[in-house]
Amino acid sequence: MRPSSAGEGQALPGQPARPAASGALAAAGAYWRAVSAVLWKDLAAEFRSRELLSAMLVFSLLVVLIFNFALQLDRVARENVAAGVLWVTAVFSGTLGLNRSLSQEKDRGSLDGLLLAPVDRSALYFGKMLGNWLFMLVVQAIILPVFSVLYNLPMLLPLNLVVVLLGTLGYAGVGTLLASMAVHSRSRDVMLPILLLPVAVPVLVAAVQASGGLLEQRAWDEISQWFSLLIGYDVIFIAVAFMAFDYVLEE
Amino acid sequence: MFKSDRVAQILNLVTAGLLLVATAMVFFYAPTEVTMGAVQRVFYFHVAAAWVGLAAFMVTFVAGLVYLRTGKHLWDQIGHASVEIGLVFTVMGAASGSIWARPAWNTWWTWDPRLTTYTIMALIYVAYLMLRQGLDDPDRRARFAAIYGIVGFISVPITFFSIRIWRTIHPVVVGGSGDAAQGTFHMTSPMLQTMLFSVFTFSVVYVCLLVNRVRLEDLAERVEQLKVRMLSA
Repeated sequence: MRPSSAGEGQALPGQPARPAASGALAAAGAYWRAVSAVLWKDLAAEFRSRELLSAMLVFSLLVVLIFNFALQLDRVARENVAAGVLWVTAVFSGTLGLNRSLSQEKDRGSLDGLLLAPVDRSALYFGKMLGNWLFMLVVQAIILPVFSVLYNLPMLLPLNLVVVLLGTLGYAGVGTLLASMAVHSRSRDVMLPILLLPVAVPVLVAAVQASGGLLEQRAWDEISQWFSLLIGYDVIFIAVAFMAFDYVLEE
Repeated sequence: MFKSDRVAQILNLVTAGLLLVATAMVFFYAPTEVTMGAVQRVFYFHVAAAWVGLAAFMVTFVAGLVYLRTGKHLWDQIGHASVEIGLVFTVMGAASGSIWARPAWNTWWTWDPRLTTYTIMALIYVAYLMLRQGLDDPDRRARFAAIYGIVGFISVPITFFSIRIWRTIHPVVVGGSGDAAQGTFHMTSPMLQTMLFSVFTFSVVYVCLLVNRVRLEDLAERVEQLKVRMLSA
């Protein structure tokens, strides 16, 4: 169902103009405008409905509280498992967000609209990915202080914030690709965690180790390799998703 | 009949013969290990099965790349068949490892990083099969499966790398173990020969199964086409 002419598609709010002048700079500018248009669309839709963020937030809080009961946390145990709880919370609520962000597009038929837009397909990926990343970060920005208070731990250390940035970036990077595939399958809401969680294990391992090391105030030498792993994972998976996304949308 | 039928038949016979020889070598040619005794003999098939499992997933990775480049149906079939066979060998590797671990480590299972990542790898490919099952459009199924085969296989080495930072209990017989490894042993040359022969045999078993699986898929599709033709006539 390839569109015969690209101009016929529904005009999206804030749809970028086509690159008027050739040249690398103009092309890069047009590309960025396309990415930010997709991102802006997601943010505007979320700002009006507040469906996704509120669901992710309440869910995250519930997970934090349930862990407290499920693991029978006393003070020592709390300190030992805090990094794990933090990341399981981030990963689960992130899955919720990723699922919604693409199933909404499909249910309302706006995915076709996006595909009709005369922009590079990878711009759609980056727009979606940045949106998902931003939602995860907003949730973390609220959860981290709450977590610090409830668990009495310095979660807001600057380096831990870097870990959160890198970890959620990798998760959103590969998650957006897999969510765009899962949305087409019959049991789609169930599909995404099954596809995503085993693939995202390295980012989870590295993030938990890095956060845990920081909370235990270990030496930088011990923690730095986990940072390298996080950065490596982010770069590799965003590159792979960037290259593969074209094939996902090919109709 | 087709030429490929004849090839498959010969391959079946050769594979059966090799398996017999390999089994005989494991039980009669390889010496009994001094400390662990007879249970160590499971090692030969354990290594072979684990190796074939990993190799099968690598084949899926390559087949996925080629499929996305060329769009040829055969590569999708190979990728799919390879995952199915790879999972069987992965389970064999885990089961044989468990049988050995019970006397050697005194437990069927331990949360060792190497064992855990191995299981996660298996789960990636279970997810691969579930993804295929959930997609109706054959073209889309092939594309998505190829992508997931690629993404999944890239994740596996990163996971392996990430756990290398930890110490592992799993012995590394070829190349030397870390300090924490338990149950490692020195291989004599009949042992090494038996191991290499098992690995070779299992690789041939893999190729044989792959050929037969792709052939089966082809035949199933032909039957499907014939049915459609019969009904429309």
